[in-house]
Amino acid sequence: MTKERMTQVKMGDPLSRVESLLKVTGGAKYAAEYNLPNEAIGVLATSTIARGRIKNIDTREAERAPGVVAVVTHENAPEIPGYSASVDNEGSRVYGQEFRLFFDGTIYHNYQPIALVIADTFARADQAATLLKVTYEEESHDTDVRNSLDKAFKPERHDDYSRGEAGAYKSAPVKIEQEYQTPIQVHNPMEPHVTTAVWEGDNKVTVYNKTQATKISQKEIAKSFELDEENVRAYSPFVGGAFGSSSRVWPQEMAAIMGAKVTGRPVQVVLKRNQVFNMVGYRPRSVQKFSIGATTDGTLTGITHDAYGSTSQYEQFTERLLDPTKTMYSCPNLDSRYKLVRLDMSTPCWTRGPGETSGSFALESAMDELAYALNMDPLALRLKNYAEKDPENDKPWSSNYLMECYEQGAERFGWSKRNPEPRSMREGDWLIGMGMASGIYKAARDRAVVRAKLSPDGSLLVQSAVADTGPGSATIFTQIAADVMGTAIENTRFEWGDSTLPYAPGQFGSHTTASVGSAVYEVCTALKQRLQQLATGTASAAMQQAGPDELVFENGTMGLKDRSASLSYGEILKQQNLPQLEVIKESEGGPLLDEYSSKSFCANFVEVRVHAATGEVRINKVVSAVDAGKIMNYKTAESQVYGSVVWGIGIALMEEGKIDHRFGRHVNNDLEKYHVPISADVPEVDVILINKPDPVVDPMGAKGIGEIPLIGFTAAVANAVYHATGKRIRELPITPAKLV
Amino acid sequence: MKQFQYMRPTKQKAATDAVAKDPTALFIAGGTNLIDLMKREVMQPEKLVDINMLPLKKIEQRNGSVRIGALVSNSAVAEDRLIVEKFPLLSQALVSGASAQLRNMATVGGNMMQRTRCYYFYDTALPCNKREPGSGCGAIEGINDQHAIFGFSENCIAVNPSDMSVALAALDATVLLSGPKGERRIPFIDFHRLPGDQPEVDTNLMRGELIVAVDVPESPYAQNAHYLKVRERASFAFALVSVAAALDIQNNTIQSARLAMGGVAHKPWRLFDAEKALAGKPVSEESFWQAAEVAMRGAKAFEHNAFKLKLAPNSIVQALKTAAGIA
Repeated sequence: MTKERMTQVKMGDPLSRVESLLKVTGGAKYAAEYNLPNEAIGVLATSTIARGRIKNIDTREAERAPGVVAVVTHENAPEIPGYSASVDNEGSRVYGQEFRLFFDGTIYHNYQPIALVIADTFARADQAATLLKVTYEEESHDTDVRNSLDKAFKPERHDDYSRGEAGAYKSAPVKIEQEYQTPIQVHNPMEPHVTTAVWEGDNKVTVYNKTQATKISQKEIAKSFELDEENVRAYSPFVGGAFGSSSRVWPQEMAAIMGAKVTGRPVQVVLKRNQVFNMVGYRPRSVQKFSIGATTDGTLTGITHDAYGSTSQYEQFTERLLDPTKTMYSCPNLDSRYKLVRLDMSTPCWTRGPGETSGSFALESAMDELAYALNMDPLALRLKNYAEKDPENDKPWSSNYLMECYEQGAERFGWSKRNPEPRSMREGDWLIGMGMASGIYKAARDRAVVRAKLSPDGSLLVQSAVADTGPGSATIFTQIAADVMGTAIENTRFEWGDSTLPYAPGQFGSHTTASVGSAVYEVCTALKQRLQQLATGTASAAMQQAGPDELVFENGTMGLKDRSASLSYGEILKQQNLPQLEVIKESEGGPLLDEYSSKSFCANFVEVRVHAATGEVRINKVVSAVDAGKIMNYKTAESQVYGSVVWGIGIALMEEGKIDHRFGRHVNNDLEKYHVPISADVPEVDVILINKPDPVVDPMGAKGIGEIPLIGFTAAVANAVYHATGKRIRELPITPAKLV
Repeated sequence: MKQFQYMRPTKQKAATDAVAKDPTALFIAGGTNLIDLMKREVMQPEKLVDINMLPLKKIEQRNGSVRIGALVSNSAVAEDRLIVEKFPLLSQALVSGASAQLRNMATVGGNMMQRTRCYYFYDTALPCNKREPGSGCGAIEGINDQHAIFGFSENCIAVNPSDMSVALAALDATVLLSGPKGERRIPFIDFHRLPGDQPEVDTNLMRGELIVAVDVPESPYAQNAHYLKVRERASFAFALVSVAAALDIQNNTIQSARLAMGGVAHKPWRLFDAEKALAGKPVSEESFWQAAEVAMRGAKAFEHNAFKLKLAPNSIVQALKTAAGIA
């Protein structure tokens, strides 16, 4: 046997993921892989019209097909009590009536699930689903936000924002007035959306689902089925990417639970790739009228931003398109409005950097246009308008190292070598361009509860319901616990992804580390205090009297700094004859959080090449400089930046959910026709992490990192393309068709 | 997906008989396109005749030509020493297609038989004359950014997606077929057809006929050949426009040229007139622009693919320049 390793780790160490071995050996079980005894498979059949009613749905042939157990439609679906309850606009996360699966024959969007065909195998369910005969009463529909701006309305959960004088840009000596558009982007995680549901009796259900928030799943399912929350278990330790698309309960969850109820068997429902495009959310297309003015020295004098998004007929999905505009730069006059257009589509959903990603394309493109109009360096324009405090509310920043991002990013990138003249740099047939953009994203913290259990063998177990959809949260929490407690990483285990564990918010909004990490930090701190209280015996008297600074917790022992006394955690528990020492701690940000404005910042520098003859755009180089507070794990943090950059390249150059508005139907809904970046599209990405702790947000000093590098990135690409070609592309994605 | 029968004959005759006798049967080789189409219920064969056991996996030097068996994988053709040396155009075209994993599965015959990637062909809820004759063409007034600028009809404006076929069309290849009525040979450029009023028929293959091999004649184009593929991402995407360009250059004069385009028509689009325009001309950008102008005669665009009217001639010139070594 090899000698057992005992590794002490610190927050920030580039620790590999705690679950990596399971993932690379196939040992990590995803929601579709439980293969429960007697499990049946459900396949969703979907509508082929965008709006209207189901006139008739003939299920007879499907029901007779081999292996079919049941066919569920709105005509025979079990009653879902929550579907008949009045709309709860106080407690819901999205305003309006949630989508109700198989509730009635109304069609709200194309690819709306209209039946669940359940059989003993997937192949048989899939074949039987083709045998359904559906007739519709079709109504005229609208899926095109651009042509319906006149129907836009102010959403219930949005307040327009202004400061100073409205329309002030108009009187500026130098101004830009433009319209910018961003396309529908589909999350398209590798793992499609899936749920396996199993009932135990009539009032207890377990769902093995793909979710970013086991507690939200639990709560929403309990509400729909009128169950006690403790009788709903959402179990989701491994998620194959989600990016916001698994932050709500969706039709596949409801279908699996209904199917399991109807058949009395565990039922699994996996969405097909083309169902992922218009059933489980997407980033809505945006149309933005953006105007900005400055004095001739580049001082911003006014911004007017009118943004349009879209939503479904039944809910009002809002996102933060205006946020970067409000807070990025010092500008005395700003007026902004955000409106929605109701379309015959499913409700959009939060998508990595929701709102900010689309909004920053307009802001950061317009800043570049303004820099050219001013004959000023785009970076100098940004430095000139740096906001010393948050211009939205005049609060001081809790921390802000944006200047360091600019400085270090520009230095590493070689920004000073850039010839500002468009079309001035060339390598053979390729035009070279350099562009940059800034980004800002909220650094939030939410309530979380964590339980820690110390065993007499010195091992530590830390538990939270939090999801880890891939960013490495479980690793970071293991690391925080091991660092605070001084337990070896091999002796420290974190358990997650299960709604039976203590409460955690959803893993979204770049606030998981700050929220759950703080609770881990605090529960371990509390556990140390308990150990100090419990320690007895001659060696312990001095330790009990010691102040927090005189004690050290390391290598699984508590001791005096001068090493005159020490006790292992196991010995302390044994002294008290304790089989286990358990502490639960609830944590949330203090009042200080309200006194400051907390944000993560970034500066992205991008070099592109554009083929002079074909208009193909390739990314040569990316430098992404990020202020995300204290970096909790260099390896997973860098990966988050890489991920954001890949997303940014996708939105900038190729991703676009295309809809034929005559039919209201997506036409490129597979991964062959909907392009995401492949390896060859992604160059070397140079990540600069400023790594300075934020003193306010959380005890570790961390701010969020999952989304900030994406904010402004698409504009950095568009700005580089302008620099390369002299062509300003204001509608993403930037394809050869727009440049040739 | 509809359930189907499956058989895997070891004799060629058994395979061709099985498909000849059963109008619902299809051959399957690599299956890289057919299986996708079956999953989306675009194609619903009741029987699959797997031909992978047939001895059609050789590349042979013959008198004046190289014979490539229909079941040789795309990656094997691309990497074959003979092919790389004599027909670099074909190797480049193959490598530009799909991904390494797909090229390992896909075969020469299967590549020739792959269907269009037109959006409307893939969605059974939308009209498509190719999938469902008489239902209309969804693309003509719909989203037609990927579509044809040459040789289309009012019934269909889809394009053939193959890269390999563009190179083989340029290289004067011949296709060897074997069917119930024996063997026959047809020029590669006559293998695929234009949509006309039967867009559901992609090729001139008769029922039960099997592609056995492709013969590529020796030619003087190995020195100056280039396959240019223009696409939205760096790899793993179908061509917006592609150009197979091959030149026989002596003393800076073009003796003869071979030129074909992909992504512009229902079949690989051989540019005979442009080839003639190049013959006898000096190697120069001017000669290439003249050829491109000739090549583009008769091109017509739809709402979203007008960019191809500019991209195509630009790409022809770019490919010719690269082939000639003056890019």
